[in-house]
Amino acid sequence: MGAPKKSAAAAAAARVSDDPEELARVPLQAVLLADSFTTKFRPITLERPKVLLPLVNVPMIEYTLAWLESAGVEEVFVFCCAHAKQVINYLESSQWFSQPKFSVTTIESHNSVSAGDALRFIYERNVIHGDFILISGDTVSNMSLTRVLQEHKERRKKDSNAVMTMVIKRSKLSPVTQQSRLGTDELFMAIDPDTKQLLYYEENTNHLKATLSLDKMLLIDNSSIRLHNDMQDCFIDICSPEVLSLFTDNFDYQHLRRHFVKGLLVDDIMGYKIYTHEIHSSYAARVDNYRAYDTISKDIIQRWTYPLVPDVLLLGNSTTKLERVGMYRASEIVQSRSAQIGPLTVIGTGTRIGDNTKISNSVIGKGCDIGSNVLIEGCHIWDNVTIEDGCQLRHSIVCDGVVMKSGAVLSPGVVLSFKVVIGQNFTAPAYSKVSLLPQPIKQDSDEELEYADNNSDVETSCAPDNMNGELTSELSEIQGSATSELGCGGVGYIWSICEGASEEEWRHSIAPISAEKLAELTQTTDDDLEFSNQDGNAPASSGELRSDALSDSEDDDEDTKNDSAYFEKEVEATFLRAVHENVQVDHVILEVNSLKLSCNMEFSACAGAIFYSMMKLALETPHKTTDELSRAVLNIFNSWHRLLKSYLSGKDEEIEVILKFEEMCSESAKELSPLFTQILHHLYDKELISEDAILGWEFEKQGAEESDRVFVRQAENFLQWLKEASEED
Amino acid sequence: MDFQVVVLAGGFSKKLVPLVSKEVPKALLPVANRPVLSYVLDLLEQSNLKDLIVVVEGSDAAFRVGGWISAAYLDRLHVDVAPVPEDIGTAGALRAISHHLTARDILVVSGDLVSDVPPGAVAAAHRRHDAVVTATLCSNPVSGPADSGSSGAKDKTKKPGRNIIGLDPSRQFLLHIAAGAELEKDLRVQKSILRAVGEMELRADLMDAHLYAIKRSVLLEVLDQKETFQSIKKDVLPYLVRSQLKSEVLSNGAPQVEENGNDKVNSQSKRITQSQILANASNRSFHELYAFGPDGSASARRTHKCCVYIANNNKYCARLNSIQAFSDINRDVTGEANHLSGYSFSAHNNLIHPSAELGSKTTVGPHCLLGEGSQMGDKCSVKRSVIGRHCRIGSSVKIVNSVVMDHVTIGDGCSVQGSVVCSNVQLQERVTLKDCQVGASYVVTAGSEYRGESLAKKEK
Repeated sequence: MGAPKKSAAAAAAARVSDDPEELARVPLQAVLLADSFTTKFRPITLERPKVLLPLVNVPMIEYTLAWLESAGVEEVFVFCCAHAKQVINYLESSQWFSQPKFSVTTIESHNSVSAGDALRFIYERNVIHGDFILISGDTVSNMSLTRVLQEHKERRKKDSNAVMTMVIKRSKLSPVTQQSRLGTDELFMAIDPDTKQLLYYEENTNHLKATLSLDKMLLIDNSSIRLHNDMQDCFIDICSPEVLSLFTDNFDYQHLRRHFVKGLLVDDIMGYKIYTHEIHSSYAARVDNYRAYDTISKDIIQRWTYPLVPDVLLLGNSTTKLERVGMYRASEIVQSRSAQIGPLTVIGTGTRIGDNTKISNSVIGKGCDIGSNVLIEGCHIWDNVTIEDGCQLRHSIVCDGVVMKSGAVLSPGVVLSFKVVIGQNFTAPAYSKVSLLPQPIKQDSDEELEYADNNSDVETSCAPDNMNGELTSELSEIQGSATSELGCGGVGYIWSICEGASEEEWRHSIAPISAEKLAELTQTTDDDLEFSNQDGNAPASSGELRSDALSDSEDDDEDTKNDSAYFEKEVEATFLRAVHENVQVDHVILEVNSLKLSCNMEFSACAGAIFYSMMKLALETPHKTTDELSRAVLNIFNSWHRLLKSYLSGKDEEIEVILKFEEMCSESAKELSPLFTQILHHLYDKELISEDAILGWEFEKQGAEESDRVFVRQAENFLQWLKEASEED
Repeated sequence: MDFQVVVLAGGFSKKLVPLVSKEVPKALLPVANRPVLSYVLDLLEQSNLKDLIVVVEGSDAAFRVGGWISAAYLDRLHVDVAPVPEDIGTAGALRAISHHLTARDILVVSGDLVSDVPPGAVAAAHRRHDAVVTATLCSNPVSGPADSGSSGAKDKTKKPGRNIIGLDPSRQFLLHIAAGAELEKDLRVQKSILRAVGEMELRADLMDAHLYAIKRSVLLEVLDQKETFQSIKKDVLPYLVRSQLKSEVLSNGAPQVEENGNDKVNSQSKRITQSQILANASNRSFHELYAFGPDGSASARRTHKCCVYIANNNKYCARLNSIQAFSDINRDVTGEANHLSGYSFSAHNNLIHPSAELGSKTTVGPHCLLGEGSQMGDKCSVKRSVIGRHCRIGSSVKIVNSVVMDHVTIGDGCSVQGSVVCSNVQLQERVTLKDCQVGASYVVTAGSEYRGESLAKKEK
């Protein structure tokens, strides 16, 4: 195996670069993630891995592998995680293990829950030696890698920090839904127009925020940047080997984009750079959700992905022929004369179509049995599906082995997972998802944890052959309970739409967005705009920039106020805990110090907060008369004066404490006000507060209004005494 | 042309002390021995814009500027000089003279602009798109290599007047503008505009030339409604840019009553189609696409267009708004951009007035200007400098990279480098000045040496 592979490597290397010497050692490698680490294709992916789902009757991974082979990749590492056995079994029985110049190696892992884990795992295996292509197994593309690889290598020669090149493609968002035709959310990118360096990447932006904020440093470093809202990330990345080690170094990176790309963009210490490569005429897209599935299927049928089209991409030994108006028909189709098959439709081998059935814009798999008077519009029907007479299907996905009893209706957006039976005359509600497996009760909000779930309830037992038996044995059991849910004779569970996702359901479903929804959205975008304008105009209407700055500083004030309130609360909690649990004073000091650091506070604020907590404690100690209260205060001073003292390093802090005390007396704890002088005296006796500070406080208050001087007057005698004492000295 | 021009000539700018004085307002500061305002007026005249209002801050300054204009441009331009109170800002100045504005579109020009960007082209761009406002931009290091020589590349980023401008891919529309204090904060780009356009180019290397074409009805409405707006650049323009997709001004929406429009009902639609044809746009601009909504139905969204005119790279454009700029512009106008000065230079690339007298062994290098009736002693050397009229310069004087205004007396053995010497100044013998500014009528005593200082007479 070794010798021919090497020569092949050399040949391919010469194809992609002018520098064969450097590349002869390293064949072009690719990492294919056969797991998307998301739950978007549930419930289907509970039973079969996403990469094996048929896209126009061919498993998705076929498209990816076929493209990699044609693009000159020689070694592919297929990373399998969820349903690893199924993927490996499929690959073993496929042609890919026997290709002469194309080696496919599977890497199996069972405890990876994210792309980050996968790449760390691959790093440990130490199989990647040079630049590699990182894609997931649900990518359909026909782009040539020559240009992008060359660009990447040239950049690498100049700057070894250019670790990644992302492939992007223009795709205008719908102005109403603000999603691409692939159903992905809007994506904001900032790119340097000259170097094509990626400077900013923001997906899943907060829709409520009307503005996008960019670091001001971006425009100081670059005289011009281009902000894109019309680009689509193809999720095809050319990576340098450093990418793997970066994932290992940053063990908290999970998501390729959200963590890795953003992490690199934010981090300016290491200076790693990401570049983009825009493709114009070739095709690249990733099946990210049901809408993308539908869109990409149609692109394939319309031959945008040539040569990856049904009549060229052979699978098994069936042949598919392209007929007029984009109709693909495999052999051995039994079709009634009165059946009408519309444009842009693919029909698989051995399918039987009954009388007066109308099919348009749909994909029908192998061995399906479609009765009479059936209407199929914009559906994806996989293999061996039975559809009885009079059914109506619109914009749905119907998986293998589903049975639809006569008269059943699928509303737009329905997904029927494997072997579901829909009862007679039952109408499945729009966007519903039906599966034989019950919905996992625990809904993980963290979508990255799909694997963990899969592993427990499916993977262990659901190798494809295995699955059949198991499920049939379960059938009877399910039948009883689920009949009511799916009509007479129906089998399966309707998954309830989990909370929060309902809003997004229509976005990602294969059904076209309904007119009402569009109207509603148009309305909301208008409102948004109104909102955004208000937001944008707020500073303007209140005046010029100066007032803008003013309002900002107010914001800041607000912030600091919140901060200090938070700090006070924390200190109080710490202090109370210390009192109740008899924590040593030194430890309390340590804790308060760390709080001070974390909240970025001054010593005076600490002193104030501690004093405040002490008084609070005294007030909470049960007391009947002011005398008792005074005694409680004294007790607390006795036991905790060291704590307070450690923050009273100077006159300023001491004055702060007096001011705080004054504030308490006049606002939150009026009970203390008669005791003001007394407590002040205690503080003086304990040498917590010096004479200087008290006199300083009086001095500060001299100019104040009469209402503010209440306590000065109350303490007049004391102050007098202090002054006389100092004179005597 | 249906344009009315407002020239904002300013008053006694504090930034330019000690160059400006009671006698010399900013507009009359000499650039290559001509008042800076003459550059704007000539430029407008070349574009056949002859109906001008020159707004001057302070009645005293207005009197002086008016006096000069009526002498210099008699029979050439129709100029009204309007005095306004000081420190009311550019928007305030326009508000003060708003009753004079009658034409459909107003061209607002800063009086300290020294440029050869044709205002006619700006006006045409404005009309072509039926824009609400059109701003003129030029590429940033305007004063060319001289600028990068004097200031390092690093502090260029902190240069005042730097702004961030967002353009659409065709570079015809203004999508974002941030200037002044906003630059200190992180950049905030409105998503709705970005969504409508899809791609925005943010540039930090463009300079706002302070030459705007604004629709009068919009301008008056904004000035009227937003009473706090003080500056065109900092308030009015950003406001119009921000609200372009949700117009609050009566520009494109309801049919407006136009004094000079003869077709009332159809004017709107007609103008849109016309502007489309003119904009050579088989594909409509994003404003219209946006206004018509996703399904092509004419929804009630009102938009207005903010356009830009980006001057060619080879055009000169600078504003005299700092002492540094004053020196730079004087150097450029006698140097690389000498076509602006309106003089014809000699084969040595300098210009010595025939009535000037030079002593023996005195050399005047290229890119120099020596004004009428000035006299120079023996063994002097002048390099890259402008010397005004009727100056008396002694022997062995060295003048490099400097501007010497009129009626200056320079004693023997002086050395003046990188400095500005105002009118009627007397430099006694052996004075050495480096990077100094000397205010009008100041006397520098013999033998003194100054470096980077600003010398001026005490007030009163």
